[in-house]
Amino acid sequence: MSKSSREIVIPGHYLGELKDFKPGRGTLVEKGKIYSNVLGIVHESPPYINVVPIKGRYDAIAGDLVIGIVEEPMSSSWLVDINAPYPALLHVNEVPWNVDFGETEKFLNTGDSIMAKVLQVDLEKKLQITLKDRNLYKIRGGHIINVEPSKVPRIIGKKGSMINILKKHTRCRIFVGQNGRIWIDGDDKNVALAQQAIELIEEQSISFGLTNKVEEFLASRLQ
Amino acid sequence: MKSDKKLIDENGKRLDGRGPDQLRNIKIEAGVLHRADGSCYLEWGGNKVLAAVYGPREAIPRHTQNPLKAVVKARYNMAAFSVDDRKRPGPDRRSQEISKVTSEALEKIVLTDQFPRAAIEVNIEVLDAEAGTRCAGLTAAGVALADAGIPMKDIPVACAAGKIGAEEKDGKFTGGFVVLDLGKEEDNFGNADLPIAISPRTNEIILLQMDGHLTFDEFEHALDLAVKGCQEISKLQKDALLRKYKSDVEVE
Amino acid sequence: MTISPVIKQEHLYKLAEQGKRADGREFNQYRPISIEPGIISKAEGSARVRIGNTQVIAGIKMDLGDPYPDTPNSGVITTAAELIPLASPDFESGPPDQQTIELARVVDRGIRESEVIDLAKLCIIPGEKIWIIFIDIHIIDYDGNLFDAASLAALAALFNAKVPISQPRLKSGFDRLIEKFPEAEKYVKEHPEDFPLPMRDPPISCTYVKFNNAIVVDPSIDEQEIAEARITVATDIDGDIRAMQKGLLGSFTVDEIKKIIKDSVINGSELRNKLKESVGK
Repeated sequence: MSKSSREIVIPGHYLGELKDFKPGRGTLVEKGKIYSNVLGIVHESPPYINVVPIKGRYDAIAGDLVIGIVEEPMSSSWLVDINAPYPALLHVNEVPWNVDFGETEKFLNTGDSIMAKVLQVDLEKKLQITLKDRNLYKIRGGHIINVEPSKVPRIIGKKGSMINILKKHTRCRIFVGQNGRIWIDGDDKNVALAQQAIELIEEQSISFGLTNKVEEFLASRLQ
Repeated sequence: MKSDKKLIDENGKRLDGRGPDQLRNIKIEAGVLHRADGSCYLEWGGNKVLAAVYGPREAIPRHTQNPLKAVVKARYNMAAFSVDDRKRPGPDRRSQEISKVTSEALEKIVLTDQFPRAAIEVNIEVLDAEAGTRCAGLTAAGVALADAGIPMKDIPVACAAGKIGAEEKDGKFTGGFVVLDLGKEEDNFGNADLPIAISPRTNEIILLQMDGHLTFDEFEHALDLAVKGCQEISKLQKDALLRKYKSDVEVE
Repeated sequence: MTISPVIKQEHLYKLAEQGKRADGREFNQYRPISIEPGIISKAEGSARVRIGNTQVIAGIKMDLGDPYPDTPNSGVITTAAELIPLASPDFESGPPDQQTIELARVVDRGIRESEVIDLAKLCIIPGEKIWIIFIDIHIIDYDGNLFDAASLAALAALFNAKVPISQPRLKSGFDRLIEKFPEAEKYVKEHPEDFPLPMRDPPISCTYVKFNNAIVVDPSIDEQEIAEARITVATDIDGDIRAMQKGLLGSFTVDEIKKIIKDSVINGSELRNKLKESVGK
């Protein structure tokens, strides 16, 4: 990865010419020139040039696994906060239980946390999620922390390399939602340690050699 | 309004020692608040301004939603202790007007069609006031919006120019100097005030107000000065954002 | 309203059973506190207080005013608070709601009833003209415990304040006063320069919340959200109680309240020392 690929840019920053690149995420085009439209990091994956935002709300994509918090049970659905600009809808048809009309509270109530999957994002950005899958469920126990959604890839690492280190050293169950919510369960001391390691990754997410740093940090704390 | 002091001398030196095309001292810091999605603290001369952004989030009440794009709502407010004579808390007509023109300027530059039905709330709080608060507020709002990760065409920036030192004789004004960034006495006793906001990449004007008396030539000169001022401040905005987030990067 | 996950509540409860708090603090430990006086040039006095991530700015403005009929020879204090939308995604703009009003009144009583300001010394013409002190509290970042942060900010701003007798904006007011009451000229001559407010040793307020039978001081916003009951106690330099305010729907036992009062004397004196250090007394 070239060093320039880690450059931080602001909205309006000139990136290149339309004749040389294809405009990807986080860019806008004006008069044949490509500019960044957000505060983020330049990422080239030829022929595309992208800007990955450093901060911001979760941008939902169908198929993403997310951790949601139930906001409001309604008569045949629930409104769920998934850290997106809008609450997501979970319909009674999308849960593994038989829910009668008006009985939604019996299954999921305000404040409950769920491991869900994004089903659909329509043109008006209306979001639908589902619990109908083997690895989706209502969460019990453990602790939830929030990180910037943009840091999630770093916390997971290439092919899960980073998160496996976290799990191995802290012996905690850890699940990272694409929407920046992370669930951790285990021994209290280890949960706190995992949290600190995740904070370290958040702070230094764009530095090189991070995986080693994290491994060293965890090893030293567990002595 | 008449002042016994001369606002500008024969050498073009102003009361605070500045030349005609010099800005007051400006300091900008991004990401200063914990709860807000994006924030900025800005000092400009004697002005101290705080801006915070929340959103995008669902616009409530429902009837304020636009099904095609996000609504940008700016709220400009002055703290009771920010002025000489204590200001009663609550929005007065001046604050409401500034909120409106600021909202309109920001809506033009934020990529609102990425967030239908949402609201992006910009809060500008003036903590210490000394002429040019609306420009300070909008400049801080631009940084706060970028800090919040809101997609925009550009980071908007604002600055004012004006005219001082003209003398009235038989209902006509003569003399006077066009200067950049009016200070306190210049704002009170000057002859014209022209605050503008631009998209610095294209020099497109997104906010413009004027009051006082300017000939066409004076207006051109003032506009030119204000745009140049904006360009200078735009660099400071960029520096503030890079300073905040560059500390993440390891030096190899 | 941002909904907090039930799991978070359960996690905090579990920690409390083991005598721990989520941020690693002891039950009777405050978050880091910083007090910066004199940050607003237009105000007669000002201060910014940070307790953890909570940030509050207080400003003091003064003006000539008419005394209250039942205290004709005393200065007047009026306190207002603003929970501006800047500070939290849950704050809305508009007229003050009950939470804001309660905050302003509790801070006001802490200053007024304790007679921290010697209001008798703020009389200009007995029965006619006195100094009004406006205390304006601006919450700018909300992470719990507004009562203590706001009270500290108001006190620091008062200690920082100077009566603006020499300010040009008051000149015409004084000129008119002297026309009506020639003895006012003597007052102006006796006070040629701005002078500090006549202040006494302040009572300091400390706030505690209870959840799962644990009682902790200086609640963070997470702790505030799960709190069953809350109490603020103000104690003075002699360890006597000067003000109390209980909030929320839960209850305290008599023993719990007695322990809280003892703790607040200790916590209060720590805060009092910090306050005095920061305003240079």
